[in-house]
Amino acid sequence: MSAATSLRGLTNRPKQERYLVTPEGIEIPIMLASKGSRLGAIILDFLFFFVVIYAVVYFLIFVGGGVFDAVGDSMEGATGAFEFLYILFILFLFFMRYGYFMAMELGPRSATWGKRIVGIRVAARDGGRLTPEAVIARNLLRDIELFMPLVFLIFAPSGEQGNYGIAGAIWFAIFMFFPFFNKDNLRAGDIIAGTWVVEAPRTKLAETLSTSGAAASAGSSTLTGAKYEFGEAELSVYGEHELQVLERLLREDKDDALGPVHETICRKIGWDPGAGDERAFLEAFYAQLRAKLEGDMRFGKRKANKHA
Amino acid sequence: MKAPILSSWFGKSAVTAPPDIESAALRSDRFRLEREGDWQRLEDIVKRMEKGGLRRISDDELLALPTLYRTAASSLSVARETSLDAATLRYLEALVQRAWFQVYGPRKGFFAWFKEFILGGWSRAVREIWLDVCIALFVMVAGTLVGWLLVSQNSEWYYRLVPGGFADTRVPGASREVLMDTLGTEDSADRLSIFAASLFSNNAGVAILAFALGFAFGIPSLLLLVHNMALLGAMMWLFVGADLGVEFTAWLSVHGTTELFAILLAGAAGLHIGRSMAFPGDKSVLEAASASGRRGAVVMAGVVFMMVIAGLLEAFPRQLVGSVEGRFTIGGAFLVFWLTYFFLYRPARAEDGI
Repeated sequence: MSAATSLRGLTNRPKQERYLVTPEGIEIPIMLASKGSRLGAIILDFLFFFVVIYAVVYFLIFVGGGVFDAVGDSMEGATGAFEFLYILFILFLFFMRYGYFMAMELGPRSATWGKRIVGIRVAARDGGRLTPEAVIARNLLRDIELFMPLVFLIFAPSGEQGNYGIAGAIWFAIFMFFPFFNKDNLRAGDIIAGTWVVEAPRTKLAETLSTSGAAASAGSSTLTGAKYEFGEAELSVYGEHELQVLERLLREDKDDALGPVHETICRKIGWDPGAGDERAFLEAFYAQLRAKLEGDMRFGKRKANKHA
Repeated sequence: MKAPILSSWFGKSAVTAPPDIESAALRSDRFRLEREGDWQRLEDIVKRMEKGGLRRISDDELLALPTLYRTAASSLSVARETSLDAATLRYLEALVQRAWFQVYGPRKGFFAWFKEFILGGWSRAVREIWLDVCIALFVMVAGTLVGWLLVSQNSEWYYRLVPGGFADTRVPGASREVLMDTLGTEDSADRLSIFAASLFSNNAGVAILAFALGFAFGIPSLLLLVHNMALLGAMMWLFVGADLGVEFTAWLSVHGTTELFAILLAGAAGLHIGRSMAFPGDKSVLEAASASGRRGAVVMAGVVFMMVIAGLLEAFPRQLVGSVEGRFTIGGAFLVFWLTYFFLYRPARAEDGI
């Protein structure tokens, strides 16, 4: 790999970006999940968690009621079935508490429902596989990070438990603020398990810009028939950064944003900015600038921005 | 950034046919148009794998996956050198990352993992933390002694150490008959399964707590062990005082050999994490913590399993088998089994080939 492909040295890379080197030696950027999206995910998960628990409780009460109806007044027949339901309930609570997060994170998406909705996933910090051990470890810690202090917090307002409530709040705060004190936003469970939470990108492949509009027809506008051709000197004003800004602008497809940019470029290269044909002008400029910069790249010359 | 995620929920947007390659004015776009069919095929396979694992894809696709992944990866490295199309680069980076998670992901299914766990992984993890097991054992014995000594000094300690729920009739000064009665059996198995389930849930919770608290350099785990064992020491004092020492030990041993062993392992796993974070050696603290955390997690998965067995033992054999010999036999057999499994059973490591 040549130095040019290493993303680490490049400027303008986001602060939350980390790199993964595949066995093929290719560096892939991964984004750490933001604290906001992780908070969103855990809130959603709690919602699901309680909705499921309440649904099951009501279901069991419903079935339990049925058991009593079926046997009428004699309680003898009811106890066996009732006992069974009660055991189911205890085991269900246990597996919800410890199993919900684990089972979901062991799946192919390594994410709970909450994480899926906000678009994040769990990954191994060393870039290797996410092992079942790691998932177990990070979720066992969740017990002291979330469930235990939450129980304290629920009892705190009643005053029954005295200082336990305050202790629980402090405990809760320590673990909640844990991700703020390390650069990878790790919570305690992540540290123990060697994992981190990253964004799961779902990017769609965009249209090729050079096959549409003025770019495809060597710079001639379909609107006015004018042909835009730029010389070497005119194209060497800008670099890769400006090209990307222009690309974003063209892809966003907002025609009223094109005017000012059209004007700026025209002034910069010494043309007279007209009006009415901005899109064709910019498409042609984009395609020719890119052709020039990419041509230079093949010779090992790169121009990062207009100042370079 | 969130918009594409939402839009992906509401139906698929129509896929437009790609423009023909000759119409592309740029060399890098021609490069892309030649290959994007493969990329999209890879994306389609990966998307289905993410949804439902391997069931949703055919054998042909499974065979094609590594090739398609490598094609996309090499496209990415070529595109980085030749193309300035930021959207395509971003797409390829995301695609290669998603495919990488699937190709190199944790595709060892739960059952394969569980088999390896039972056939060696678990006992190996326990042997790896032998030092912590020794420390935890020492602490547990010390805790029992402390409980005993405290109560024998002043019986008021008994009420502090043994929570009210347990104490019911088992209090200092109770007659031998009353105490003997608490060690008795039930006539039938009615309701015992509820007892088993709640014991399991409660004990596994305590064990997990002992493990998780290891995070604070292991100290809370040790305190938890001391506290639990002091309770045991206090109760032993009570029963031995009433000349019921052997009966009490038998009563306890049925499930105790499994349950106390599990608590020992949970405390040791917690201590292991705490100790490796306090003394990481030549690794970084983070590396040491994650290596010991994973090892501890294997031990803990086993602890939960032991708690299931302990709950069943406590609810059924202990309540139904009355004789001292019978109880000792069951408890002793389990102790021998665990010791054999953890320390004599040493299968060769099944290489999982990473």
